[in-house]
Amino acid sequence: MKQLKDRYRYSIILLRQLVKTDFKLRYQGSALGYIWSLLRPFLLFVTLYFVFTIFIRLGKGVPHYPVYLLVGIILWNYFAEVTGGSIGAIVGRGDLIRKINFPKYVIILSGSASALINLSLNAVVVAIFMVFNHMSVNLSDLYILPLILELTILSIAVAFLLSTLYVRFRDVNYIWEVIMQAAFYATPILYPVSEISNKSLKVAKALMLNPMAQIIQDIRHVLVTPSSTTISEIFGNEWIRLVPIGISILILILSSIYFRKRSKSFAEEA
Amino acid sequence: MSAADTVISVKDVSKTFLLPHERAMSIKNVFTELPFLRRSKNKESQQALKDISFEVKRGEFFGIVGRNGSGKSTLLKILATIYQPTEGSIELKGRVVPFIELGVGFNPELTGKENVYLNGAMLGFTKKEVDNLYPNIVEFAELEKFMDQKLKNYSSGMQVRLAFSLATRAQADILLVDEVLAVGDADFQRKCFDYFRTLKKNNKTVVFVSHDMNAVREYCDRAILIEKSRILVRGKTSNVATAYTRLFTDTKYGKKATNTRWGNKSVVINRPSAEEVKEKIIIKAQITAKKRVNKPVIGFAFKNATGNTIVGSNTKLLSKDLYGIGDMQPGDTKTVIFEMDNIFNDGSYTVDLAVTDSDGITVYDWWEDSCQTQIFKEIKTPYIVNPDIEFRYKDKDAK
Repeated sequence: MKQLKDRYRYSIILLRQLVKTDFKLRYQGSALGYIWSLLRPFLLFVTLYFVFTIFIRLGKGVPHYPVYLLVGIILWNYFAEVTGGSIGAIVGRGDLIRKINFPKYVIILSGSASALINLSLNAVVVAIFMVFNHMSVNLSDLYILPLILELTILSIAVAFLLSTLYVRFRDVNYIWEVIMQAAFYATPILYPVSEISNKSLKVAKALMLNPMAQIIQDIRHVLVTPSSTTISEIFGNEWIRLVPIGISILILILSSIYFRKRSKSFAEEA
Repeated sequence: MSAADTVISVKDVSKTFLLPHERAMSIKNVFTELPFLRRSKNKESQQALKDISFEVKRGEFFGIVGRNGSGKSTLLKILATIYQPTEGSIELKGRVVPFIELGVGFNPELTGKENVYLNGAMLGFTKKEVDNLYPNIVEFAELEKFMDQKLKNYSSGMQVRLAFSLATRAQADILLVDEVLAVGDADFQRKCFDYFRTLKKNNKTVVFVSHDMNAVREYCDRAILIEKSRILVRGKTSNVATAYTRLFTDTKYGKKATNTRWGNKSVVINRPSAEEVKEKIIIKAQITAKKRVNKPVIGFAFKNATGNTIVGSNTKLLSKDLYGIGDMQPGDTKTVIFEMDNIFNDGSYTVDLAVTDSDGITVYDWWEDSCQTQIFKEIKTPYIVNPDIEFRYKDKDAK
């Protein structure tokens, strides 16, 4: 354990300091400062509440639909923040990389740590709304933690891949933007899964193999309502969950190998 | 010394940079240009280092010298493991701290204090360690009143002071120092060199890249000279420094006489020359008057390779009666010779020559860098001049 700590000592020191700096700089100069971290999800919720419960009644059958929606969007935003922020991260730190040798993955991890802090603040807002909505908040909600871990693994995996690709191909950010837009609608965030599965079970099955869909539906299932359709219900098999989890881990392994291999020449190319 | 004392070992290191024509390739290129075609078209490579091998022992001050673009900074970056060698290998024993640039990671939007912690982390200090060092760092940088101000409001001198103050706290076994440390005002340079002396005293290993042969001669135990990506000379610092100086005195590389010249040409300078003859420097020029002039003054400035005037004088100052070389009639030609002891260090020198009226107001002919000369002698000190110095000593009781 001590050995492990020594080996990663420098990375840990750097990571801590970079996250701290990032957080300090984020709301610098704004009057409300950190309060924005809480205010943003709150205002988002207000908007969602009006649009989707009064004007467009998309989630008719879903209990606590605004909270259901908020959870989905917050999780999606977390993924979008980590991946989108990572694209230019290596290139953006080029001046640092050219002057000192340090483990480059720290750059990616610090970005995702900042996003994770944001996610936790958002979670506080969700918890507040759950109380206001007379939803039960209890210990079993902690089941979301392994799911958040899975989401983090997936996000970091994609972040490694994108940031490395961007060093050579500067088109990556435009491509990723388009992909994210399409993926937002391909993931059951705004609409309940039942809308799809009622029409075509095959399409619903394909959609649910997407790790993002599986994670969001599972977390909603735990936090908001048991009527949130999970991947195991669509396939009628508990073990099927291992497929999207496996996909996340596989992407992480492949992209870290790629990142590691290419990070040696970041100083010359970034 | 045994092999165990070798802390840096560089074996057959070569470095080639691939320079694509378009640095940031886009995916469009991938589709529009077939990979095998692209390779042949874009593969322009630059050999930055070729077959570099050397070893540095614990406690040594090791110099790397070379002209701009010779590859010495690339070598330093390879030692700092910022770049990977294309071929060959390096081995480093102990904690390496690179000073390629001061204040790595400094952020202008953060306060001085926050930057100390950030840069400290880059140098490998934990928060607790910085906490302990903090008062020291601030005191050494002389910035007590400014630590809560944003770095962007610092003057560049203050930034450098803060960065240097931090850098000197780094606990390293091997320090890689680029010449950036030698910038700054005289006061700062003195601090830098004091720091070098401390390092030497504490038996630290230092790899030092510099253009300043005086500093190299003074601090380095051994050195290498890199020229055109290869090691040209290695070994004793004085030999390497001499070889480096010779690179510039080779007229092919040396500063050519620029012929910047102005004046009303009432008197013109011809055939300027400067040479070393028997421990004397002799500067010679012919002047020819086109008009009648009263007591013209001819003067010279003797400048070193960096353009600083080391000595200078003129015929008015040097003649007792201020009469100089006398009046000149149209068509008169005189040869003026200045002779002085060669007390100068090795290097390339250029001479400015000028003829003016006796008050020095009207310029007849002013010729910058009119001629140049090289000086070689096996000098033993790293300083600008080396006049004959004798020493005596007396026993305490002797009267």
